[in-house]
Amino acid sequence: MITLTSIDKVYRTERVETLALQNINLDIADGEFVSIMGPSGCGKSTLLNLIGLLDKPTNGRLTLDGQHINGAADRSLAKMRNEKLGFVFQSFHLVPDLTVLDNVEIPLLYRKIGSAERRKRALAALDRVGLSSRVHHFPTQLSGGQQQRVAIARAIVGKPRIVLADEPTGNLDSAMGDEIMGILEELNEKDGTTVVMVTHDDRFAQRTGRTIRLFDGRQVA
Amino acid sequence: MLKNSLKLALKVLARRKVFTAISLAGITMTLSVLMAATAVLDNVLAPRVPESRLDRILTLDYVLMHGPENTERSNPGRGFLDKTIRNLPGVERTSTYSEIQTAVVYDGALRAELPYRRADAEYWKILDYRFLEGGPFTAADEAANRSVVVITEDVRRKLFGGNAALGKMVDIGGEPHRVVGVVPTVPFTQTIAYSSLWVPLGPATGEQQKATFGNLIAIVLAKSTADIPMIQREFNTRVSHVPIDDPKTFKEIRSALDTTFEGIARDLTDDKFGARGPTVLRIGFLAVALLFMTLPALNLVTLNLSRILERASEVGVRKAFGAPRRMLIGQFVVENVVLTVIGGAAAFVLAFLLLSIFDAIDFLPGAHFDLNLRVFAWGMLIAAFFGVFSGIYPAWKMSRLDPVNALRGGAM
Repeated sequence: MITLTSIDKVYRTERVETLALQNINLDIADGEFVSIMGPSGCGKSTLLNLIGLLDKPTNGRLTLDGQHINGAADRSLAKMRNEKLGFVFQSFHLVPDLTVLDNVEIPLLYRKIGSAERRKRALAALDRVGLSSRVHHFPTQLSGGQQQRVAIARAIVGKPRIVLADEPTGNLDSAMGDEIMGILEELNEKDGTTVVMVTHDDRFAQRTGRTIRLFDGRQVA
Repeated sequence: MLKNSLKLALKVLARRKVFTAISLAGITMTLSVLMAATAVLDNVLAPRVPESRLDRILTLDYVLMHGPENTERSNPGRGFLDKTIRNLPGVERTSTYSEIQTAVVYDGALRAELPYRRADAEYWKILDYRFLEGGPFTAADEAANRSVVVITEDVRRKLFGGNAALGKMVDIGGEPHRVVGVVPTVPFTQTIAYSSLWVPLGPATGEQQKATFGNLIAIVLAKSTADIPMIQREFNTRVSHVPIDDPKTFKEIRSALDTTFEGIARDLTDDKFGARGPTVLRIGFLAVALLFMTLPALNLVTLNLSRILERASEVGVRKAFGAPRRMLIGQFVVENVVLTVIGGAAAFVLAFLLLSIFDAIDFLPGAHFDLNLRVFAWGMLIAAFFGVFSGIYPAWKMSRLDPVNALRGGAM
């Protein structure tokens, strides 16, 4: 499903060159639930951004769902992200001016789907995460856990093959964190969605199928 | 997608009240001034009573004789008019009237100086004054050089306290004239129809019949607007054959039979551009309008650019979920256009209030400025253009945000 071969990522400014990732080799199979762990600044989010096609490797080869990504145009990367990927962020990143329902519809706006069908799928996704009664609320009217559930609904509304979660429980207390982990586990077990999750929390890492450990931009396990 | 962009635009505006208020204030003030200016121009250039046929009226108001060392310019005389505008093909009616002069009107102790014209009977058939009392003087009145006068409502108020004036006498320059008609007051912006008093042109003397120069103006009413170029070509041909009175001093004779806009262009550009004058004037108006809009547009661009950081997270999320750049640009431009169109509607209301105040204080006597559908349509078009103009650069900048940085909180 996801293959990284000899991936490097270097950030260059006028004065400084930072090697964020070095010689990463990774294979994530279809339907896996993988966690990525490591100390702050070790390159976890950078790795997730590369897998999520939000960033490009400096060296190496990345293949997603059988498709070689290096050198692909921005437009085709955007299309792949829309069709195959879903994102869940630590800070939720919900649009505050939109209702919960409108937020969840966002990925579907960039597909050729009519408004009625968009609405139907968004409601189904919200029902899946247990928020059918909050569809017309605004994000600021929800708790942290509820906001993250909306973000998960947004991530899955397009039925992506892969969900990438960057510290999805990072801003939540342990009870809400457990709730979110439960939803991600269910996605993985029932729908066969591949989940790649960055986390600092060993408890949650242990609930995943495999843990990839990074240290100073290198893979250590 | 457009529906969603519109929905989001309204929501963003409703939630960000300070930004919306500041932006709307600038837009509304700019557009209301532009709309008021459009209403004034509309008053001058668009057909309205008594110049409802303005789109078919051509005016001849100057003759110029040019020589190596001398140039003379004046209104045409009857001699020139007889050689050039009689029986032009494509013309329905022709009229001759005098340039505006000042008449001293006496009413007992009251002495007033009022603008007046001498006009022929055809003048009243080309223009369509709505008479409040009586009617125009006739060809028979003119032929007999009768002492009759048409006055405006304003003059009726001054001389007769607003009471019926038909049949009453008005002393013009020491000569009594009988009122045969009263018309609504005409603003000076309607240059053909403007006057306070009209008396018959009267027959010409022998000398006047031959004169190239005089104090006259001629208007012709074309059968249709399509005939105008042909009429102008024929007129120009005739002008080129008019014998020059003093061929030793003057080598060339020039004149023009212009539409209203052509005449204004000729006057404003001092005839430096000839036939291209109207185009130059249109470009000039557009340039002034654009210049006037530039400052508030730049202000809005700056405001929008400062909002990019605020909305960086949203842009990052949309890009993460596959938003193509053109859709992001489209969304933000639509948001801006919605804002400027709302501003345009508010400007329309403000301009209406402004013009109502102008009307109430009789700012330009006789002028009535209104915001008709045409002015409203122009105003909305300007507002939409303003929205695109001030939105496109910030939208483009927003669409180029790197999603990783945007999700982190914003560098451009």
